[in-house]
Amino acid sequence: MNKRFSFLVFRFLFLAFGILINLVAFGQNKPDMADLMRSNGKIYVVVAVCLTILIGLFVYVFLLDRKISRFEKGKD
Amino acid sequence: MQKNWWKILSFLLLIYTVVGGFLMEVPHLFILNETIRNLYFHVCMWFGMMILFGTSFVYSIKYLRGFSLRNDIFAHQFAAVGSFFGILGYATGTIWANYTWVTDQSQSLGSILKEPKLIGAAIALLIYGAYFVLRGSFTDMDKKARVSAVYNIFAFAMLFPSIWIIPRLVGSLHPGAPGSDSGNPALNFKDVDSRLRMVFYPAIIGWTLLGVWIATLKIRLQLIKDKSLINE
Repeated sequence: MNKRFSFLVFRFLFLAFGILINLVAFGQNKPDMADLMRSNGKIYVVVAVCLTILIGLFVYVFLLDRKISRFEKGKD
Repeated sequence: MQKNWWKILSFLLLIYTVVGGFLMEVPHLFILNETIRNLYFHVCMWFGMMILFGTSFVYSIKYLRGFSLRNDIFAHQFAAVGSFFGILGYATGTIWANYTWVTDQSQSLGSILKEPKLIGAAIALLIYGAYFVLRGSFTDMDKKARVSAVYNIFAFAMLFPSIWIIPRLVGSLHPGAPGSDSGNPALNFKDVDSRLRMVFYPAIIGWTLLGVWIATLKIRLQLIKDKSLINE
């Protein structure tokens, strides 16, 4: 009797565990993000490249601005 | 130098846009995945375009009120930089659509060519293209300024149906259509995650200020060129 009862408990636990595993597996069905790029730090390479372009662009515009200012002063 | 604080602000905001835009947390969405970060670049081009076209529109009205050629130069150069932003917005949109609509949703090229948002934006840009053609076809300075100022007001008015109204009335793949969560996709507080807004709004200001800076450079250059014509 006792043995039979413990067998039932075991079966129930097994079922519960199965459902739980299933839930966890469903929980992982998330959108793919670039987590690898973040974990190995390669994303910083992208940021560095973009920052270089942006800073270069701003330096260029700044120099143009200064040149035009000089023109404006020279003509007056 | 005191008048140049907004140029520094633009620089700082765009540095923040690139650093925060790539490194900060974004909502995890299907189909879009990591490309949601394009919001800080692609969408800002369109916002910048709208603000620059709006400024151009104001200067066209100012020109018609006093017929000062200075205002005509302002209107022309703001429209030029605005169109440039629009072309950049279109180009970045094609890349984004290629990966989210064609690859992931397996849409045919035909369905993308029928996109009301794309057609509307193309119409708006072509109307502004005609503005520059119109300007170029005049030899008389005053006539050029007058006709193109009136045309510029029409062109701005055409932005309303072509990019703000019609694409939101008909079904579209683009956010903001009735099929998706309707309304303005960028300004709807329920639609745009607060994490996105943290970078998105500064990015709009930063990109727009950069556009204004480039426009002022073009204006000043044009003013030096036309110095003999403008008696002020």
